[in-house]
Amino acid sequence: MLAYLLRRILYAVPILIGVNLLTFALFFVVNTPDDMARMQLGIKRVTPDSIEKWKQQHGYDKPLLLNNAANGTDKLTDTIFWQKSAGMFVLDFGYSDDGRSIGREIATRMGPSLEIALPTFLIGLVTYVSFALLMTLFRATTLDMAGVALCVLLMSVSGLFYIIGGQFVVSKLWHLVPISGYDGGMGGFKFVVLPIMIGMIGSVGSSSRWYRTIFLEEIGKDYVRTARAKGLSELAVLFRHVLKNAMIPILTGVVVIIPLLFMGSLLTESFFGIPGLGSYTIDAINAQDFSVVRAMVFLGSLLYIVGLILTDISYTIVDPRVRLS
Amino acid sequence: MPVILWSDALVFLLLAAGIACAWYVRQREHLLLPWRRVAQSATAMVSLLVVSLFLLVGLLDTLHFQAALSEKNSGETVYSPEVLSVFDLLVTPLRTQTEKTYSAPLAVTLYAKESIEMPDGKVLREYPRLRYGGAHLTDTQRQDSDILWRGLTGALAGLLAGLLIALVGKRWLAQRGWPLRALLIATLIIAAIIGMTAKLAAAYHVLGTDKVGQDVLYLSLKSIRTGLIIGTVTTLVTLPLALLLGIAAGYWRGRVDDVIQYIYTVLSSIPSVLLIAAAVLMMQVTIDTHPQWFDTSASRADLRLVFLCLILGVTSWTGLCRLLRGETLKLREMEYIQAAQAFGVSSLRILTRHIMPNVMHIVLISLVMDFSGLVLAEAVLSYVGVGVDPSMISFGTMINGARLEMGREPMVWWALASAFGFMLVLVLAANLFADTVRDAFDPRLNRTEMVA
Repeated sequence: MLAYLLRRILYAVPILIGVNLLTFALFFVVNTPDDMARMQLGIKRVTPDSIEKWKQQHGYDKPLLLNNAANGTDKLTDTIFWQKSAGMFVLDFGYSDDGRSIGREIATRMGPSLEIALPTFLIGLVTYVSFALLMTLFRATTLDMAGVALCVLLMSVSGLFYIIGGQFVVSKLWHLVPISGYDGGMGGFKFVVLPIMIGMIGSVGSSSRWYRTIFLEEIGKDYVRTARAKGLSELAVLFRHVLKNAMIPILTGVVVIIPLLFMGSLLTESFFGIPGLGSYTIDAINAQDFSVVRAMVFLGSLLYIVGLILTDISYTIVDPRVRLS
Repeated sequence: MPVILWSDALVFLLLAAGIACAWYVRQREHLLLPWRRVAQSATAMVSLLVVSLFLLVGLLDTLHFQAALSEKNSGETVYSPEVLSVFDLLVTPLRTQTEKTYSAPLAVTLYAKESIEMPDGKVLREYPRLRYGGAHLTDTQRQDSDILWRGLTGALAGLLAGLLIALVGKRWLAQRGWPLRALLIATLIIAAIIGMTAKLAAAYHVLGTDKVGQDVLYLSLKSIRTGLIIGTVTTLVTLPLALLLGIAAGYWRGRVDDVIQYIYTVLSSIPSVLLIAAAVLMMQVTIDTHPQWFDTSASRADLRLVFLCLILGVTSWTGLCRLLRGETLKLREMEYIQAAQAFGVSSLRILTRHIMPNVMHIVLISLVMDFSGLVLAEAVLSYVGVGVDPSMISFGTMINGARLEMGREPMVWWALASAFGFMLVLVLAANLFADTVRDAFDPRLNRTEMVA
């Protein structure tokens, strides 16, 4: 298993290089650093001098991929690509356009992001699975039909509606919690309740329906008939047999997103004014700060790959038949 | 003078492809069979009816032209720089009758008080009357009864028209075993709503007006096209990529598979919103630095929409590609493929004749399932600032503009509510239709439903 994991980790390297090349191509080949400098400096006070100065300040005054003027390994390393990408592999993200260390920003903003994302994920998972189990228990009855109809309705509503509607009803009409804001520690509880609830409701439709499909697929299998034939109650069959056996498809969808929780949610964080990574990304997008966006893209893909590896490991835990080799 | 924007051309291409496919399927009984199953479902047909109405509005809105101006420039006809569509022409009153600023649905006055100078010189704080909304009323007291009367007569007229359509369509439908009653009821309800809205819209702003006084009903109807284009044109990009690469990877395996797998792992490992954001940011810079490419602002906004579809397509083909690869891996071991190989049929022919038709159900299912997600994604992306051009009317820009007005007192809720309402109807109908299509085409799912 160790050899397998090592191979998976090594396999991640070319993928991350690919991600880097892709974003690099997007950011620098489609638009030259000159274009970017012009964008950043505004239309009015652009002179060739100021462009050069901006490029020098931000380290864009080198050749893109290959430096023919340099010698030896400098040919490769004294380029924008190397300077801007190599550091990322050791999690050194460089500086944003306003001169702050991106790495430190990420470290401090991860906490608030997690504070929203983790409870949303946990409460959500329990809710979705219970709701789906309930629908499975009452399968092919009016109750099940109503549940599915509700799911379809819920998943047809725009996510923005849940946020805006939730803020309006809970905060503005009922004055239960503040509309937006953030505070560390226990005092921050009132700020995070609403985002968590809304984040959970936002995907209740699609997730519950998906779990229901999984459970229904399991319930048609032979071992379920055997369990019923033994005289087990329907509840025992559902919880002890179906739920356990449905673990593999559930884990496939769930474990991948656990590391990505660190990234936070773009929408929720910006609507509720949470100083997490999601709002950081949105701010960077609006300010057209490319180094921050690139860093976030890299971080996101890194976490995704970690998630894939974790998924494989989780298989071996829930299903002893799975051997990683 | 007709104008064909880039997105129009793509829509026409898509329409042609759709008609060609429909014609091809009609010729073949075995391909028609699952569609017959879809046609027997009441939910599917009613949602199809709703979706087709949306499609009709979208298509009318796609036929663009530039109107000829009345004055001539040295014998040559001069065209207005404004690009209009046939739909704009149909609803000209809605488009041109703009108020000063916000007004509530069916209101006769603006929503905020203003100082009005009376003829005798006195200044009065009063809700000013609207220029068009309810302008025919001399006595605002009669507003309620007027609305009621208009609504009722409009609905009645709509009902009559609906009955007429139903009578004509009934015989035609009955032969096919389609769900007659559900369709009839749906037609009547929709006809009544349309009739009522049309009658009311002639004298009022049915859904109110927005910040610059534009009719919200008009904006909502115009948004339909943007949403539909995002939902459909994106598939033009997704489909060839996923189909070619997926089948190729599954069939040839080895090196080809490695390369293709590498490409889609790289693409799918980037969180999609970020990838879209990065790509759109870059596109924005390119568009901003090359203003000479676009002759009208409409063409710029349009090209941005097309690029957005392109980007969405490039970022979203990986899921379908993976499914197709897996299915092809399974199919290539089937006896009939092996027989074809033994007969010396070329790989290309095996792929097109034997494998492609057998993965088509996956393609179809994922296309109809993706549609609603894309419509919803548009709104989110526009909010993040990486969606369509801000000057383009879309659900996203409507929501974005109206979002900040929630804090006003009294609250301006109508623009937001209309955008969400229209989106909900469209997406719900699309989802319900997609579900039936999936049930009809997915052989695996049918079995589990039966056991359950």
